[in-house]
Amino acid sequence: MICSNCKEKPATVHLTQIVGDKMQKLDLCEECAKAKGVNDPGGFALADLMLGLGASQEMEQSSGGVEIKCPRCGFTQADFKKSGRLGCPDCYKTFAEGLEGLLKTMHKGTRHAGKVPEALRASRDQADRLKSLQKKLDKAIKEEDFEQAAQLRDEIKHISPRGTGLTVT
Amino acid sequence: MDIHQFLVSPAEIAQRHGPHDRIVMSSRVRLARNLKDATFPGWAKKPERVRVFELIRPAVESLPEMKGAFSEAMDNLSALDKQILVERHLISREHAAKSSGSGLVLNREETFCVMINEEDHLRMQALRPGLQLRQAWSAIDHLDSELEKKLDYAFNNDLGYMTACPTNLGTGIRVSAMLHLPGLVLAEQINPIIQSVNKLGLAVRGLYGEGTEALGNIFQVSNQMTLGENETTIVERLDKVLSQIIEHEENARQTLLEKKPKVVYNHIGRAYGILANAHSISSKETMNLLSLMRLGVDMSLFPGTERAVVDELFILTQPAHLQKQLSDKLSAEERDLIRADMLRERLKTVGRPIVKRFGPPGTGLDKLANS
Repeated sequence: MICSNCKEKPATVHLTQIVGDKMQKLDLCEECAKAKGVNDPGGFALADLMLGLGASQEMEQSSGGVEIKCPRCGFTQADFKKSGRLGCPDCYKTFAEGLEGLLKTMHKGTRHAGKVPEALRASRDQADRLKSLQKKLDKAIKEEDFEQAAQLRDEIKHISPRGTGLTVT
Repeated sequence: MDIHQFLVSPAEIAQRHGPHDRIVMSSRVRLARNLKDATFPGWAKKPERVRVFELIRPAVESLPEMKGAFSEAMDNLSALDKQILVERHLISREHAAKSSGSGLVLNREETFCVMINEEDHLRMQALRPGLQLRQAWSAIDHLDSELEKKLDYAFNNDLGYMTACPTNLGTGIRVSAMLHLPGLVLAEQINPIIQSVNKLGLAVRGLYGEGTEALGNIFQVSNQMTLGENETTIVERLDKVLSQIIEHEENARQTLLEKKPKVVYNHIGRAYGILANAHSISSKETMNLLSLMRLGVDMSLFPGTERAVVDELFILTQPAHLQKQLSDKLSAEERDLIRADMLRERLKTVGRPIVKRFGPPGTGLDKLANS
């Protein structure tokens, strides 16, 4: 087994961390382990280490080897690998595919469940409601329950602001 | 404004009390926020950082909580000023390394401190003595709600508050407490505790945050996950875990006194002996020994001495605080001499630790003494 950081030396330090029901594993050579400060098993977080390692690898794979660059700020995967930080809010869109797996291992869930700025609260609730109605509508159409579909269509029409692009076919 | 005149005196800080402050030295809740139309500080060029700083700073200063606050750009602070702020846990070491385009706004009582352009555009924190996580959360929640009216945050319906590091995404919250756990360290129970806390998805770190050692038996416990659950759930979980750690620490202290009193007296007696008599002592050794003295005070082995005496020394003997009290720039070795002088002087009025007879009340020696 070779080191997952430098990919050169044999991995002699094997780390496993179980958080809740998720297990994370990392294999490092002695030098990389030292460089990452892995000497006190209590004092470090595997999630921090995985950043910049696992994440960038996943990104490379998801892009098929093509270097993705954030159109807004010019940040690249290589930059992420170096710092473990992103360039701008849009980077989350740019690197969405590669980040998804990382967020899953790192967090409790992948959808925000906490505070929402007040100004956005109403529109967020509405967006959520529209999404669920659209889902029900799709299902009704698929099941050829046209009466239900017509009702849902009207409901969507009623609450959706003009020009949201929600189409009912 | 001079930061030294602004800061609350160490004597006053040491007198602040909160629930469970025998063990929980302080509680903190930090929120990370970024502006919608700006590059994150680590990737932004200097002109953009300066623009963002100049946009955020007046917004923060105008908050009612920040009336009469200390507000300064990092490049206007000396290395010593910054180090003092780090020693007070008001700014991170990372923030202390920043210069133009970064700054801080600190309120009079030192209960709110906002770092501008640290890793994120905004790192706002509420600090409270003792175990007061809920209070700290509600305080910073309120400050954040005021600030969101003035600034356009980067927020996404699915991902929540966007942060430079994906580990902070979502709520951007870090709830943490600073714990003094000499009992668990002496009883050699600290590692299993740390491991089980880690298993719950919480991080345990040393005194100065990420990658630092647990000087003075002081540990920071904080949440790691920020996405997928709400702030209250995170606060409540940490609060629950902390209550358990407090219980374990109290038990460890009790058991040590009952089962290994000589070990306890030996540690505390030696700590006192060195602190009260040394002529040269490093800050690291000082921290570790003050920790044992603090334990001794908690165990009533220093009758008539308040914990505040030790807590004040915790602050005063740190390198930058020590340097601040002197006009000449000292080397580390010279500081060790001055530190020892200060400790001897301050501990003059503190008598040597007493030895108590322990055991269930009304049994053994206690009974003999009473009869």
